[in-house]
Amino acid sequence: CSSLGTYDLSASTFSPDGRVFQVEYAMKAVENSSTAIAIRCKDGVVFGVEKLVLSKLYEQGSNKRIFNIDRHVGMAVAGLLADARSLSEVARDEASSFRSSYGHDIPLKHLSDRVAMYVHAYTLYSAVRPFGCSFILGSYDKDDGPQLYMVDPSGISHGYWGCAIGKAKQAAKTEIEKLQMKEMTCRELVKEVAKIIYIVHDEVKDKAFELELSWVGEVTNGRHQLIPEEVRQEAEKYAKDSLEEEDDSDEDNM
Amino acid sequence: MLQETGTEWLSQEVKTGTTIIAVEFDGGVVLGSDSRVSAGASVVNRVMNKLSPLHDKIYCALSGSAADAQTIAEVVHYQLDVHSIEIDEDPQVRSAATLVRNISYKYKEELSAHLIVAGWDRRDGGQVFATLSGLLTRQPFAVGGSGSSYVYGFVDAEFRRGMSKEECQQFVVNTLSLAINRDGSSGGVAYIVSIDEHGTEEKVVLGNDLPTFFDQ
Repeated sequence: CSSLGTYDLSASTFSPDGRVFQVEYAMKAVENSSTAIAIRCKDGVVFGVEKLVLSKLYEQGSNKRIFNIDRHVGMAVAGLLADARSLSEVARDEASSFRSSYGHDIPLKHLSDRVAMYVHAYTLYSAVRPFGCSFILGSYDKDDGPQLYMVDPSGISHGYWGCAIGKAKQAAKTEIEKLQMKEMTCRELVKEVAKIIYIVHDEVKDKAFELELSWVGEVTNGRHQLIPEEVRQEAEKYAKDSLEEEDDSDEDNM
Repeated sequence: MLQETGTEWLSQEVKTGTTIIAVEFDGGVVLGSDSRVSAGASVVNRVMNKLSPLHDKIYCALSGSAADAQTIAEVVHYQLDVHSIEIDEDPQVRSAATLVRNISYKYKEELSAHLIVAGWDRRDGGQVFATLSGLLTRQPFAVGGSGSSYVYGFVDAEFRRGMSKEECQQFVVNTLSLAINRDGSSGGVAYIVSIDEHGTEEKVVLGNDLPTFFDQ
């Protein structure tokens, strides 16, 4: 799908076959980034990010890819991290402004619509470039239950039960589809999310990675938080053990 | 003797002298108001409905300057219309009260109005909010307007939590009647609005149908 002539220089130009190449190129930036997934279950939402460590000199935990937007909303990102940080500020302003005007937590669909509209605005003009990131928003509310939305660089937002973005999104989606998430609790799901990140991580092409995990649900009383240490260790152990089992099972053929 | 030059009322601010009340019951709210609008000593409207809809199941009761109170109610009605379409569901009572409070507080030096916001939503059922001077507080019941001073004792003594809708309507109409009797700036008929999960009901109790007390 190579670009034709001069139709890819600005977002204000359509190609003859009806594409806006700048937006497609922005999506390429997301596809080159490492994977982020989020899954919605019976009583909450769990986020998992494969954070590639590009240098041993980095402080552990730096360049976080999971953000807090207000108390009850989490956001996991893939793509250009600086663009994502800028959008997290936009999301925070929207949530804060909603709370000031209306006196309660912003409903997730509304937040997702508002940020998506903002992202979309940057796909209309030649003076700016589109945002080079996709992000997943999740929240839990005792009346509306768990919610999960994903926004991509074109400014589209959809609601999901399970969602993956980044380089291994196809492999991750295949694994996610195997789960019966509607019947699972957050505690069960954390282990599966960790396992999926370990499965899709490419040991050959990308070396070291940090697993970022967070959740929001009944288990956290509706607050979005990084997963506590004991739960994370149990989840990582489960993930690593599962991978070894699969390796072992490959040797059984003779 | 009274010196009556005759035209003071033309230059005095039109106030909804008023008694207003809103009470939470088990499953909803009842709002009540009198119907007198005065300009000085002159009654310029004896049948004004001071219970103004902000949304299907959220009403507010107006007191203070008639113009200020009406305008706040109209602006918030518009804002809630837009808001409910944006979020694609019925707005919360708290949202309506917050919108009223934000205007009352921001323009507190210029405005002179006190709105009581009450209604029903699916999250928290019946709720009553007071927004006097730009504060926001949820209460089991709230009274306001010049007539309210005369009935604080009555409402404090007679209010009970978890009343039925009919008991609550009777409580509201009794309170309005007592206030109207004592407050020169309140009078006319009693407007009653009852809101619950099933819908909104508007009623008028005409002057001679109001309950009577010892001096009548």
